[in-house]
Amino acid sequence: MSPKDPIEDYYPEYMDQALAVGQTASSPAVPGQTPSAEFKYIGRAVPRVDGRNIVTGAAHYTHDLVLDDMLIGKLLRSPHACAEVVSVDLGPALAYPGVKAALRLKEGRVSWAGEPVAAVAAVDTRTAAEAVNLIKVEYKVLPYAVSVEASAAAGAPSVLEKGENVQKSNDYTRGDIEKGFKEADLVLERTYQTSWEVHQPTETHASVAYWTNDYLTVHDSTQAVNSVRDGLARSLGIPAGRVRVLKEYMGGGFGSKLGVNDYTIAAARLAKEAGRPVKITLTRRENSYCVGYRPAARMTVKAGVKKDGTLTALSLRTQNSGGIGRGDRTASPFVDVYKCPNMKVEEFSVFTNTCGSRATRAPGYTQGTFGLESFMEELAAALGMDPLELRRKNYSVKDRGDTGTMYSTKGLDQCYALGSERIGWARRNKVPGGGKGKVRTGIGMASQIWPGAGTPGTLADLRIYSDGSVEVECGTQDLGTGTRTHIAIVAADTLGLEPKDISVKIGNSDYPWAPNSGGSLTTPSVAPAVRDAALKAVVQLKALASKKLNAPVGDLVLGEKKIALKSDPSKAVELRELARSFQRPAVFHGERSDMAPGYAYQTFGAHFAEVEVDTETGKIKVKRVVAVHDVGRVINRQTADSQVIGAITQGTSAGLFEEKLMDPATGCMVNPNLHDYKVATVRDVPVVEPVYADIIDERLNNLGAKGLGEPPRIPASGAIANAVYNAIGVHIREIPMTPARVLAALKRKEAK
Amino acid sequence: MDEQPKKTKKSVSRRVFLQQIGGGAAGVSVATRIFGAERAGAFAAAADVELSAVREITLTINGKKTILEAAADETLLGVLRERLGLTGAKRVCDRGECGGCTVILNGRAVYACQMLALQADGAEILTVEGLASGEKLHPVQQAFIDHDGYQCGYCTPGFIMAAVALLQKNPRPSAEEIVTGMSGNICRCGNYQRIQAAVAGAAEAMSRVEPSARHSPMDLAMGEYGGSRPPGQSPGPRPPKRG
Repeated sequence: MSPKDPIEDYYPEYMDQALAVGQTASSPAVPGQTPSAEFKYIGRAVPRVDGRNIVTGAAHYTHDLVLDDMLIGKLLRSPHACAEVVSVDLGPALAYPGVKAALRLKEGRVSWAGEPVAAVAAVDTRTAAEAVNLIKVEYKVLPYAVSVEASAAAGAPSVLEKGENVQKSNDYTRGDIEKGFKEADLVLERTYQTSWEVHQPTETHASVAYWTNDYLTVHDSTQAVNSVRDGLARSLGIPAGRVRVLKEYMGGGFGSKLGVNDYTIAAARLAKEAGRPVKITLTRRENSYCVGYRPAARMTVKAGVKKDGTLTALSLRTQNSGGIGRGDRTASPFVDVYKCPNMKVEEFSVFTNTCGSRATRAPGYTQGTFGLESFMEELAAALGMDPLELRRKNYSVKDRGDTGTMYSTKGLDQCYALGSERIGWARRNKVPGGGKGKVRTGIGMASQIWPGAGTPGTLADLRIYSDGSVEVECGTQDLGTGTRTHIAIVAADTLGLEPKDISVKIGNSDYPWAPNSGGSLTTPSVAPAVRDAALKAVVQLKALASKKLNAPVGDLVLGEKKIALKSDPSKAVELRELARSFQRPAVFHGERSDMAPGYAYQTFGAHFAEVEVDTETGKIKVKRVVAVHDVGRVINRQTADSQVIGAITQGTSAGLFEEKLMDPATGCMVNPNLHDYKVATVRDVPVVEPVYADIIDERLNNLGAKGLGEPPRIPASGAIANAVYNAIGVHIREIPMTPARVLAALKRKEAK
Repeated sequence: MDEQPKKTKKSVSRRVFLQQIGGGAAGVSVATRIFGAERAGAFAAAADVELSAVREITLTINGKKTILEAAADETLLGVLRERLGLTGAKRVCDRGECGGCTVILNGRAVYACQMLALQADGAEILTVEGLASGEKLHPVQQAFIDHDGYQCGYCTPGFIMAAVALLQKNPRPSAEEIVTGMSGNICRCGNYQRIQAAVAGAAEAMSRVEPSARHSPMDLAMGEYGGSRPPGQSPGPRPPKRG
């Protein structure tokens, strides 16, 4: 244990207990994070406590739910990209046998093709689908703009009812940008483009709603039971305390299921009207074009640099498009990652008549990192410098490009060292495109930054029943990352139990508050709250044991389901026996504390990718990615590795395949399915090697843990693009890097 | 497949509703397709067609014989999920693109969303719910837990069924054969590397078990691979090819 463990200040008298629990850490094959000897489970690979449910089909998802008398709801969506809804006649639908309720959802204007206008609830899916088309809607079609070009053009129709089509969304300066460019030996300008990337969770968006008197219950496929509760209460005008949102399992979200949805509100209203439960599940088609996507970004980067690689000026001008929603800000990685005193950022949102974008795994940072890291690679080549050396040359230890607050911990240098060693950085082409032959290989890298510090104030209750069983209740939810297991291992390790001994109850907005499972918040918010509750339980258990064993608390050690005397281990009392004296279940309230003030808290990482590019077909094969992350203490190595592997699959998929294509004439998506919207399959993915920097952020929380959901998604596409550049000597600058774009880039190179 | 319906039953309620609404309904096209008539443009022309016939079918699911009436437009997936409560097979794309609904039918992995329930009449079907023997998990299920071969778990039953079918046919697949065997399924969380390891791990574990003990409840559904079908019995309808 480190000399400055925060737990020491917290519970000084019980420092010894944790050590007694541990087993000796085996030295890992890869240098990186070694699990602490203090813990038996935390930091090691622990299989999921609920794995059995998943592999037997017993895990219940919202799609699987069938309630007595349940109706099926269906939404009628606007076929027009922009129109005034003149009238809605629900009569023919209501007259249709089997229909139990119908609603108008939209007054005024629809602003995208697919916007819900009305809804029905009927006895079965077929009846609902037939009935919804009987609703008569009169539209007055208005002019619209679907593409960024059309929206930004002079005289374009106004996309929004209020406000300009192009709006400034971010403005930031530091130092003197003009002075910075004057000081430079070299100035380079490049433009990078990302595409609209659709979440496509396997479980399409779904809700089941029912009322018990004036109390509403909603089963929702959501990453955020608490946000959905609050959103429903607001939309329906009822007290939040009368809404309960439940989610047992969900089939993915990736940011698209973070708040209350139009179909959820519709299900609740239809259920009220019909007096029966209503289920709405979106079709794959609806899921493809009606519930958001990652906004596209066009980033023009310009930097001034000294001959030795020192950045003197960095400017970013972007055009982001998120349909009728504001596009992500992409500037954060530019602002923070590299040391640069002079900077200017100007970002613009271009609104278009398409569905609004939604948060998508590391919003803004993913697009921005593709732009920044692609640029750093090209800048290094322009300087004739090793791209990793260029990054090291501009290393920062404070945020805002080394001009702001000191980072509590920053292990990016460790990530560089571990990753470059493991990939064999020296094997890369010293000059991009230096290789020979039809199939060229290349190695590239990219850096990563993301907050991931978690949310102070997160709550968890730990309850010990008189039979000795332990339960943890927390209003968080598992979106597939293994949250139940993280809770179980933290509680078990703290109490000297096994993960299977802990009953984990989550996915219910009535439980103690926890934040959305987005923003890589869950582990650094929930795990410390559970740890806090469990440590409080240890205090009480030791006090009881002290009486029972007639020994001072300081002479007690906890482990292996009992509390024993340090001086005489043969004298011990089992936890089960201590619990027997409880008159009622003992409840321990845990809370995630605030981090130490005066520091900046971020996660860091670096990916090193190796690719093959077929110069005749333009096809890219990503062979291998070494992914090194500094996320503080890793709670479960098993699920952490899965997060890294999955994120790189998605980064590969977005880098090579994914693009939501819109028909500019109609505003309809032309590839709203999993065939035409290509996502990576088992055939497309690289071998991923996850590595973790050996850093525990002791100032952050009682476990020193940060979030990992988003970090490995951020640098993946950029590292691949840079490896492609290293292979063929021309940067593609636009994702997805389709064969057509690769061949066009090769042609561009030949023409030079 | 057997083209002759064994038994048809007029559905009064469907007929009533068609008379009530007096207009073309979506059911028309389905029923006309099944019964070989041309799609009628007007309700009057369609009224005499048996629009919503149901037929009795027999499915042996996870070793249990089930007789039920299936409508002409019901898919096997719809019957499993909505009629029989077997929700392990998932409706993900509903058009044969992702493998989330994979079940084993007469020994082959099929997409249940791409098969009409009527086509499955007489078939032996294995779903993820029937894979474990009581408390004992199938080695493929155990391997998915050991290797964390999932994240959200929604695609997992489909992957597991595809893996079971692969290992039945090819007990010691090469890495490339595992890739081919799993290439008809999509895991959006992207945990393919773990899934590949799980399938390889399951193959390894199953190779250590006596072949006779290897496939317990599932060889009921294995048909041509399991060899448990009584002699002389028809092999049942051939399922559509996957992928």
